[in-house]
Amino acid sequence: MMEKLIFGRYIPGTSWIHRLDPRAKLLSTILFIFVIFLANNWQTYLLLFIFVLTAVLLSEIKFSFFINGIKPMIWLILFTVILQVLFTGGGEVYFQWGILMLTSQGLLNGVFIFCRFVLIIFMSTLLTLTTMPLSLTDALEYLMRPLIALKVPVYEIALMLSIALRFVPTLMDETEKIMNAQRARGVDFGEGNVFQQMKAIVPLLIPLFVSSFNRAEELATAMEARGYSGGEGRTKFRKLDWSASDTLVMVVFVLITAALVFLRN
Amino acid sequence: MDITFEKVGYTYQKGTPFESRALYDIDFDIKDGSYTALVGHTGSGKSTILRHLNALNKPTEGKVIIGDREIVSTTNNKNLKSIRKKVGIVFQFPESQLFEETIAKDIAFGPKNFGATEEEGVEIAKRMLPLVGLDETYMERSPFDLSGGQMRRVAIAGVLAMEPEVLVLDEPTAGLDPKGRKEMMDMFYQLYKEHGMTIVLVTHQMEDVASYANHVIILEQGTVVKEGPPREIFQNEPWLESKQLDVPATVSFASRLEERIGLRLGDIPLTTDELADQLVAHLASSSIEGGDAK
Repeated sequence: MMEKLIFGRYIPGTSWIHRLDPRAKLLSTILFIFVIFLANNWQTYLLLFIFVLTAVLLSEIKFSFFINGIKPMIWLILFTVILQVLFTGGGEVYFQWGILMLTSQGLLNGVFIFCRFVLIIFMSTLLTLTTMPLSLTDALEYLMRPLIALKVPVYEIALMLSIALRFVPTLMDETEKIMNAQRARGVDFGEGNVFQQMKAIVPLLIPLFVSSFNRAEELATAMEARGYSGGEGRTKFRKLDWSASDTLVMVVFVLITAALVFLRN
Repeated sequence: MDITFEKVGYTYQKGTPFESRALYDIDFDIKDGSYTALVGHTGSGKSTILRHLNALNKPTEGKVIIGDREIVSTTNNKNLKSIRKKVGIVFQFPESQLFEETIAKDIAFGPKNFGATEEEGVEIAKRMLPLVGLDETYMERSPFDLSGGQMRRVAIAGVLAMEPEVLVLDEPTAGLDPKGRKEMMDMFYQLYKEHGMTIVLVTHQMEDVASYANHVIILEQGTVVKEGPPREIFQNEPWLESKQLDVPATVSFASRLEERIGLRLGDIPLTTDELADQLVAHLASSSIEGGDAK
């Protein structure tokens, strides 16, 4: 069931996008989400589509992966689009029934919202497909550094993030194993009414929590035994490396933002 | 109850970009009342096969016949409970499946899922505890207070409590001390001998294979490369080594003896007792011949 989920996975590769600095990728994805709200006509959306599709092409990853990334979200997208279409007034009115109406402005808005969703999902899928989770946490740690001045425990947050990411697959395996063991003892997962289903989760949840506690204890002991005593004063094994192509990405971003501001109504 | 694999193939995550093939053309029989050992290098598909034995996985190709039920890729997920009751699986590190407040409740969990009442469950738990070497004083204790070895016993009791006809064991002694290991293996052998249980054992311990199993299936990269009785399997040491497997210590000791001092003992000794008997017999005969038993 979980194995069909492509969203959030990493696919190893050596494309130009793969080799970019994770800081550049993370930063541009975040900026992109802001910049996309500047777009409000077809020229601006066209520009953003060209930008995203170029990035997708450069990543050398099959297009079907990106489509798969949209699939789990499709109902949410359609729901929002339909609401937008039905409740937006303005422009030529094609059809009206109470407060529900179909207008040219509404349709246009619906299309734009749809594009916005698709673009954001494409961009974030691109980020996770081409960046190792650990590099992402490194990038996040670096970008959060200014917050140290505000007494935010940035090292600890980064450590927790990287441990959490590291244990996601391990926990998934563990879940699968315990699930199989309980199914072998006669538990039916995902069958019956809501209460029966919730009851069936207990034999899965408790062992998972217990093993997480044990794992945490073992990990903490092992970390202490290896001399870990907090984030302060540590050196780094994985060094981030900002290259010319990363600067290029940021320059392109500035240009696109300028173009959007210029092109929007 | 017989379990038959006919041309079974299995692919993980079929139809996704992460597809990977685990089993190819598996054909074998697990006869009613046999003690089968499934051996193979890590990643040879042992655990995948194991999950086919009670329909936790359904073959993507071919079919698995469990008793009178036929499992193919299109088999419905409903009504598989009757199979799960007949084929009990003890997974690797089964202690991680414990969850109830008391040991008695945890052991009774399986039977209750298959329709036993509360009282029957307690009754069964009472019967199962001595079987795995614990006594009734444990009934009301929490499974999380126990040592690792005891937790494993409780987990195994929980599987035995379903009174399966076929017991599947995935490395049941991994991580146990030598004494616990021996006790546990003897307990399974007793179930096999006295209760007529069919046993399937997945293990890396060739000594266990030699001393308990009467049928060995060797897997490599998702296919069966050899099967037969242990004596036949362990005959060919170089072949086993080529499959990254071992022979039992007694077998390699006997072959070393032959290599070093040219002493040939006869049949390959599967257990220490057999080896000792052969050596005694040899010493006796040689002392008759030469008078010097050194």
